[in-house]
Amino acid sequence: MTDSKVHEAESVAKANRACEGSVLSWTFADGVIELALHRAPCNELGSASLEELEVFVTALESVQSEAHALIIYSHMKPGFCAGADLRELYQRSQAMEKPEAARGVRDFLERIHRVLNLIDAAPLTTIAAVHGVTFGGGFELALACDLIIADKMARFCFPELRLGLIPGFGGIPRLKRDLGNAVVRDLLLTGRSFNASKAQQIGLVSQVVGEGEALRAARATAAQIKKFDHATAVAAKKFIKPIPYEELHREIDLFCELFSQPAVEAGLRKFVESTDVQPYLP
Amino acid sequence: MKTGDQTLNEILDLAAAHFRVPKEKLSPDDDFFKTLGIDSLQTLDLLTKLENHFHVELPDYELQGVSDFRTLAGKIQARL
Repeated sequence: MTDSKVHEAESVAKANRACEGSVLSWTFADGVIELALHRAPCNELGSASLEELEVFVTALESVQSEAHALIIYSHMKPGFCAGADLRELYQRSQAMEKPEAARGVRDFLERIHRVLNLIDAAPLTTIAAVHGVTFGGGFELALACDLIIADKMARFCFPELRLGLIPGFGGIPRLKRDLGNAVVRDLLLTGRSFNASKAQQIGLVSQVVGEGEALRAARATAAQIKKFDHATAVAAKKFIKPIPYEELHREIDLFCELFSQPAVEAGLRKFVESTDVQPYLP
Repeated sequence: MKTGDQTLNEILDLAAAHFRVPKEKLSPDDDFFKTLGIDSLQTLDLLTKLENHFHVELPDYELQGVSDFRTLAGKIQARL
């Protein structure tokens, strides 16, 4: 290998072990990958987030055989993630003809699904350490993980029906995988938010901890997981956690079909243009 | 079981502590969005605090049109 290729390989290896992006950063040390979200105000998932998540999962694929856990958490005070960047979605769709906007939405969904599917199926234990607002796409990111550890101020919600949409980042198939259908209907059809205690009661959250303690608890859980044989843990996860690929595809199709309806544009406009202090309340 | 006034008093205590304002500045009929200068995300934080404190579950759609502590207390009271 030439010196330049060695240098390049070392840079890639280094980049795969730590990276500081504009909206997220990660480190890999002692068998644990930590992905920190830090886009103000609350990690809204738009094109910048998607691009950096795609870089992250590429790095993840190269190091996951050496890691036993991935922890995803947020640096932002309001919470883990407030969901899709609705402002960007609205502005971009308004700037395009409808067919082009529809193609753009489908492309975005297919890319975010690829990211979340890779996290969902990753051969290591994935832990979402959440606090505060964990809504919409943020909730879907947490659901892609094997475990959710929530601090007592975490709040979960699928508010998409308020916009004339359904969750589009894989939330419905993953929620159905983890919970009873009655609970899924309640959350989807009412669009209500619920707290960490309720989330634990229904089996969504594995631990509820004190305010600000989710990351610490996730690290302790990762340390426990490290004690087990990696190959056995990977085999166990694959056995007990099916990825509902077909349903995930159908969710994309349904979302795209709904996105073309006038109610969605009206719902997005209302959210984006609102000067109301209550845009996150139903 | 708590009375409505006890519930209201505890809500004012919790709101004052959570948003770090003197309790004397809060009155039951104030518009808490204006008085506390909070937005909907912060309101959800307060709702979580109240649910944890009173051990109730209050769907957030029940907060539609609610902007004062007295009405909020009524909603909580109905779930005790």
